[in-house]
Amino acid sequence: MTPFVFTLVVLAISCLAGLLGSLVGVGGGIIVVPALTLLLGVGIQKAIAASIVSVIATSSGAASSYVRERIANIRLGMVLEVSTVLGALTGALLAAVVPVRGLFLLFACILAYTAWSMFRRPTARPVDAAPDRLAERLGLHGAFYDRSLGREVAYRVSRTRLGLAVGYVAGVASGLLGIGGGILKVPVMNLAMGMPIKACTATSNFMIGVTAATGAAVYFMRGEVLPFVAAPVAVGVLLGARAGARLLGGMRSDAIKLIFVAVLVVSSIQMLLKGVR
Amino acid sequence: MNKGQTEAPHGAELAISRILKAGVEASLFLIATGSLLSFVQAGTYGSLPSDVARLTGPGGAFPRTAAWLAGGIVHLRGQAIIVSGLLLLIATPVLRVAASVVAFALERDRAFVAITAVVLLLLLASFALGGFV
Repeated sequence: MTPFVFTLVVLAISCLAGLLGSLVGVGGGIIVVPALTLLLGVGIQKAIAASIVSVIATSSGAASSYVRERIANIRLGMVLEVSTVLGALTGALLAAVVPVRGLFLLFACILAYTAWSMFRRPTARPVDAAPDRLAERLGLHGAFYDRSLGREVAYRVSRTRLGLAVGYVAGVASGLLGIGGGILKVPVMNLAMGMPIKACTATSNFMIGVTAATGAAVYFMRGEVLPFVAAPVAVGVLLGARAGARLLGGMRSDAIKLIFVAVLVVSSIQMLLKGVR
Repeated sequence: MNKGQTEAPHGAELAISRILKAGVEASLFLIATGSLLSFVQAGTYGSLPSDVARLTGPGGAFPRTAAWLAGGIVHLRGQAIIVSGLLLLIATPVLRVAASVVAFALERDRAFVAITAVVLLLLLASFALGGFV
């Protein structure tokens, strides 16, 4: 494979990852890292570094419109960022000492968890809880205009401390594995903290740019961000995610979701084998 | 101080939204341009299968030095342009947080000035700490 072909292949894979990811509601990183390591033989640290940079691009692009349309809860996002950024710093520093086998095993786990969380039917109902004192004092409650409902949706935030704790864990996963971490945060914000799902994904995207920038800064300074690999990944994932967002209007096919889950399961098994062999 | 998101000034939100969009677009342009230059310029990417191993293997650590980056940008070297784009992309959320500190300071919201300042310091610390490990 020549450098030119390698670039085209990475660009195509990243574009597909961004497209599929945005259609099913996850970031592209979860596919890019397995593809780079398993298919192209790139070192897992370099693959994670390239992925985390692309996460900044996609989440910042999405957050830009969520902020303008005022769906993202900026105040809550800023508060939770304190813990996600601390987590990302922990994770990215840990990545320097965790052995390569360990990274493969952890990545296999997060792939399996993502597949499971996409496959299960969302039967759980949001828990009613009184807004906590921290949310009251900092004024974290929100409201946004829901276009599909055609009215303003107001909500109150509870269990801010739980959100901070989960944010830290999501940050560690982001810094260690090069993913956004929305898959860990969004269910908790929705089910435990009492936020509408649209506000959850918008606020999560708003936070992920900052979380990913923390991890990316550490990888960049460590010299793990290779221009040859990171450039086609960043461009590809962003273009794919944009195309996906445009397609999203009409299609919400279960078939796409099923294909995505299958890719996750196969990647998870392959990463697991890399870890134990 | 106890006000919801809907009462926040719209100017700050618009500024944040614009910073994010402009940062992503500009870095995307730099990364794409740098990639094209790297293929055209002799001795950068090359055209042999062994070049892929060289470019993805150990020993190709970036950034080399700040001087390498500055010199590369001045001479329009492909990989230096890509690195400047990647750096701008990483810096975009940092700029967004910095703008938020200013916005909350203008609102005289002391609690949120403190919260966003902590996030900004942690972000800057990650650049410093990454250089040590």
